Amino acid sequence: MSTRIDARFAELKQQGRSAFVTFVMAGDPDPKTSLDILKALPKAGADVIEIGMPFTDPMADGPSIQAAGLRALKGGMTLRKTLAMVRDFRKEDNATPIVLMGYYNPIYIYGVDSFLADAKTAGVDGLIIVDLPPEEDTELCIPAIKAGLNFIRLATPTTDDKRLPAVLANTSGFVYYVAVTGITGSAAADSKVVGAAVARIKRHTALPVCVGFGIRTPEAARAIAENADGSVVGTALVDVLKGSLDVDGRATPKTVSAVADLVSALAQGVRGAKQAAE
Amino acid sequence: MNQNLPNSFRSGPDERGHFGIFGGRFVAETLMPLILDLEKAYADAKADPAFQAEMNVYLKDYVGRPSPLYFAERLTEHLGGAKIYLKREELNHTGSHKVNNVLGQIMVARRMGKKRIIAETGAGQHGVATATLCARFGLECVVYMGAVDVERQQPNVIRMEMLGAKVVPVQSGARTLKDAMNDALRDWVTNVHNTFYCIGTVAGPHPYPMMVRDFQSIIGHETRKQMQEAEGRLPDSLIACIGGGSNAMGLFHPFLDDPSVEIFGVEAAGHGLTQLHAASLAGGRPGVLHGNRTYLLMDADGQIEEAHSISAGLDYPGIGPEHAWLHEIGRVKYLSATDEEALAAFQLLSRLEGIIPALESAHAIAKLSELAPQRPRDHLMVVNLSGRGDKDVPQVGDILKARQK
Ligand SMILES: Cc1ncc(COP(=O)(O)O)c(C=O)c1O
Repeated sequence: MSTRIDARFAELKQQGRSAFVTFVMAGDPDPKTSLDILKALPKAGADVIEIGMPFTDPMADGPSIQAAGLRALKGGMTLRKTLAMVRDFRKEDNATPIVLMGYYNPIYIYGVDSFLADAKTAGVDGLIIVDLPPEEDTELCIPAIKAGLNFIRLATPTTDDKRLPAVLANTSGFVYYVAVTGITGSAAADSKVVGAAVARIKRHTALPVCVGFGIRTPEAARAIAENADGSVVGTALVDVLKGSLDVDGRATPKTVSAVADLVSALAQGVRGAKQAAE
Repeated sequence: MNQNLPNSFRSGPDERGHFGIFGGRFVAETLMPLILDLEKAYADAKADPAFQAEMNVYLKDYVGRPSPLYFAERLTEHLGGAKIYLKREELNHTGSHKVNNVLGQIMVARRMGKKRIIAETGAGQHGVATATLCARFGLECVVYMGAVDVERQQPNVIRMEMLGAKVVPVQSGARTLKDAMNDALRDWVTNVHNTFYCIGTVAGPHPYPMMVRDFQSIIGHETRKQMQEAEGRLPDSLIACIGGGSNAMGLFHPFLDDPSVEIFGVEAAGHGLTQLHAASLAGGRPGVLHGNRTYLLMDADGQIEEAHSISAGLDYPGIGPEHAWLHEIGRVKYLSATDEEALAAFQLLSRLEGIIPALESAHAIAKLSELAPQRPRDHLMVVNLSGRGDKDVPQVGDILKARQK
């Protein structure tokens, strides 16, 4: 099985650079603006896009992403609409990998089989489900692989060498290394420590390793990019989006460009990295 | 009852933490290694006679067990049916059944070398019990409590602070128990290296539902023995209120394989089942939250809905997975009581027996008042008086005063 994710990482490897992965919340602050942001991301330099599926009780997210999810839900976002958004995006872009990230309950309620079929048809490439560790692989991971979607697992500082093989066993696409023990929006991890952790994971897998949690600036993204196959930025984008809203939390003419500008700056940082390393 | 009944209702969960389709370990990877460690530490403790012996000393001399099984003569006369016994968990140190579980978990935390304890609390009874045992054993204690609950259960907030705990008012969501649990989980993910999460009910990822049930089962074991002494036989029915379901599971579990014993759990029906309520079995369906699959209140998109109950300890949109299973196989019958019914029962027990119950326990008393008159006089009915109402006196006092005007 080869997906857009595999193709994209192969391409970047040839170019000798690390991937820039952006996270945005589906439907934040409203479905239309959110689609416009999504469409602007590849042009601004996003190599892979993670789309958050809003959930009322995101237990691994900090205040920024919690609030983004609640804004989206308040704007009427549902899982069905998230898939529709991916379908609309795919009309214009058939290359940029899309990974849906979130929690299991909305998928469980949608129905695992119909969700996987609809996600595949919409043009989703992979899934990151925070509350499905390998111990629960029969729920969604195995069916997702059968449906031709990558199931991307989180590895964390608490995932030791003994446990890593279990975590990597059914992982495909890439490995997402969570750089800190904590929730999204936490303080950044030291890039040297992260480098060592990435090297440790790479001893167990040939998959690309992307790093996320705590990366906010072009400098930080560059430092991570020197040590990993990709860096993921989420909270910083969500924060800049929030900063562009009016007092009632509605989108303004600045909203899409505010996010796109930060993505460009971060992408510059990531692109600077391999040159520095080469 | 359904087909495919197990040989025993007491053999769950399986090694993956499942009761039928319910339970499991739906947590972030960061927590998974610790949860596996905890499972092992608890299994070791359970197998260690020294652990049980030490527990027994504290249960007797610190908690004050066994709690009495009291024949409620005036309530029995008033209702004119079944002979009613109250299992007096409200007499425990700290005023509720919560301490049984906290003692057990703190002993396990000590075995694991954890120095920082976190907890979520609704009514504050679990928070108070946790703060108490942390004081006793010199451990750092942080309690997450919804800001709404901080307001309505002030006496317990003050108690926790006096005991040296830090109470964190949670501002997210409906600012009640569910949100407190979210923030406790976020703390745990962040501080997993030194922190033990002391969960207050039979919910959360495996092994919590099983472990909390085991620690609470002392309620049912004592009841069995005490009823044997008082009446020379088993009780005919049991009844308990359900937030997450720990006091109920503690009473029920030792009787699950006695087919003659009818068992009733009482959920909180809030303003009524067609309006805002907290009855997840009556009004919810299976989903995944807070580490386990169970019945949850949610919308068509799988978004969790906010619960409502007058009682902070029952104000939760879920229920422990073992109850979800017992519901599906039909071994336990689940009823619900409204805010109004609970308030009436609160006053009834206070007036008739001189015992002010917790608003949570008042939900069980409310349904007892319906069931007892329908039963013969030789029917032995046990109600779990899970907590005392001191914490609710200001809140109920305000409500009653407002009505007099
Ligand atoms: C006195 C009392 N009873 C019952 C409960 C509900 O919890 P559970 O269903 O776990 O027994 C609480 C929770 O705060 C409580 O304080």
